[in-house]
Amino acid sequence: MEIDFVIEKFILVVAIFAISLVIAMYSTYAERKVAAFLQDRLGPDRAGPFGLLQPLADGVKMFMKEEVIPANANKWLFMVGPGLAMLCACIGTAVIPWGQDMMVGDRLVKLQVTDINVGLLYIFGVISLGVYGVMIGGWASNNKYSLLSAIRAASQNISYEIAMGLSIIALLLVTNSLSLREIVEQQHEWRWNVLYQPLGFIIFMVCAFAETNRAPFDLPECEAELNGGYTIEYSSMKLGFYLFAEYINMFVSSTIMAALYFGGYNYPGMDYMATLLGPTWAPLFGTLIFFLKIFAFIFFFMWVRWTIPRFRYDQLMNLGWKGLIPLAIANIIVTGIVIAIVNKF
Amino acid sequence: MESLSNKKKVLVSKPLNFAERIYLPAIASGMATTIGHFFKKPATVKYPEEVREFSINWRGMHSLKRDEQGRERCTACGLCALSCPAEAITMIAAERKNEEKHLYREEKYASVYEINMLRCIFCGLCEEACPKEAIYLDGPIVPADYLRKDFIYGKDKLVEAPLEK
Repeated sequence: MEIDFVIEKFILVVAIFAISLVIAMYSTYAERKVAAFLQDRLGPDRAGPFGLLQPLADGVKMFMKEEVIPANANKWLFMVGPGLAMLCACIGTAVIPWGQDMMVGDRLVKLQVTDINVGLLYIFGVISLGVYGVMIGGWASNNKYSLLSAIRAASQNISYEIAMGLSIIALLLVTNSLSLREIVEQQHEWRWNVLYQPLGFIIFMVCAFAETNRAPFDLPECEAELNGGYTIEYSSMKLGFYLFAEYINMFVSSTIMAALYFGGYNYPGMDYMATLLGPTWAPLFGTLIFFLKIFAFIFFFMWVRWTIPRFRYDQLMNLGWKGLIPLAIANIIVTGIVIAIVNKF
Repeated sequence: MESLSNKKKVLVSKPLNFAERIYLPAIASGMATTIGHFFKKPATVKYPEEVREFSINWRGMHSLKRDEQGRERCTACGLCALSCPAEAITMIAAERKNEEKHLYREEKYASVYEINMLRCIFCGLCEEACPKEAIYLDGPIVPADYLRKDFIYGKDKLVEAPLEK
């Protein structure tokens, strides 16, 4: 293990971590702006030009708030909850391939922290772990509302993980690989998976909304019935961590959707651009395209949030178990039959 | 029984069809509506910097008027205070000295004139009651303040600026 390899990975890890934090930070700003524009308002515009310093102001506010731990709460778990939520949100980006291999000087740099051959399973596992932060925090608060909310979050995540897993199986039938780099490489130029798996993509997207606890599936944080859900006893930066983890999760899910179904860093005309820009800048341009796709998905998340009202709990379960799971199974069967026929002839 | 008003509407709860059950068409139309609003002009008025145009019958802060020669019109008759349903106006009358003829129009004037802006309901009855056309509610919004005593506006805030010579 040479030292420059360690340095290269270290830079990559720090850069990805910083980028995902900054994007999550500005997602809070973007969310308020998008909400405002969709409702014919202006949104925050007082802190700095166009309100661009608003996330900093929010962060300072969160840090200055009084830290309250309820007397009968389980103190240890109460502190672990937000940390776990944040951790699970942050480590998901480790296996994402951000770009093609890039030439820096005479060195080939992989724009991916680690290319494990079960990358998809890893991401799936990390996303599922995310609910533990909510569960532990909700239980440790020793509050009926937060416990109810935690139970809701857990059952919702479990229900939608099944449909999500099934939609991924259909995708795997197409790609024949669990490695994210290979899946993305296969979608060269315009051969994006969404063209082969449109139904699978819709199912995956709906499940991603449910997994990230975003509207219209934000039942765990119902302010009307549960007084704000599992964060009810949290204050100061612990609350900030929970809210922040939600935005990082949104970023990670957008990344995964862009990578799995919308070609990641692939775009039509990339071969031409590769000859035009050379081996250093062409991969970076691909990364830029990747981030544009991610931002488009983040915008879509917000657009949906400010359009659709929250589902009722029975509607949520009906949609998950009676709607999405049968659809996903049908998708697998149809995909399998089509692939068998195509391979035969 | 036959409905007399003919306005009765019988609601039937029919089961959802497939398109309604998977929500997607309804969601798509809803999202088309919201994205339409994304490009509309915001209705916001950035208040302290931008002020919305007042309507012609707007009643805002009071002002005590001067006549063409810049003399105060108020004669401290007290009709405004009497007409005020909120008991917001009070004044102390004084007699005009000879050398003050250029300051006050009549022999009697208000040496102190106070309106409590916390009591005032901006009904405009004072302006209707005034026989000398001395008070009008033609000012801007009364600004917020921290202390109750600062809402009692005296002549320093109410009287119009003197005419430019």
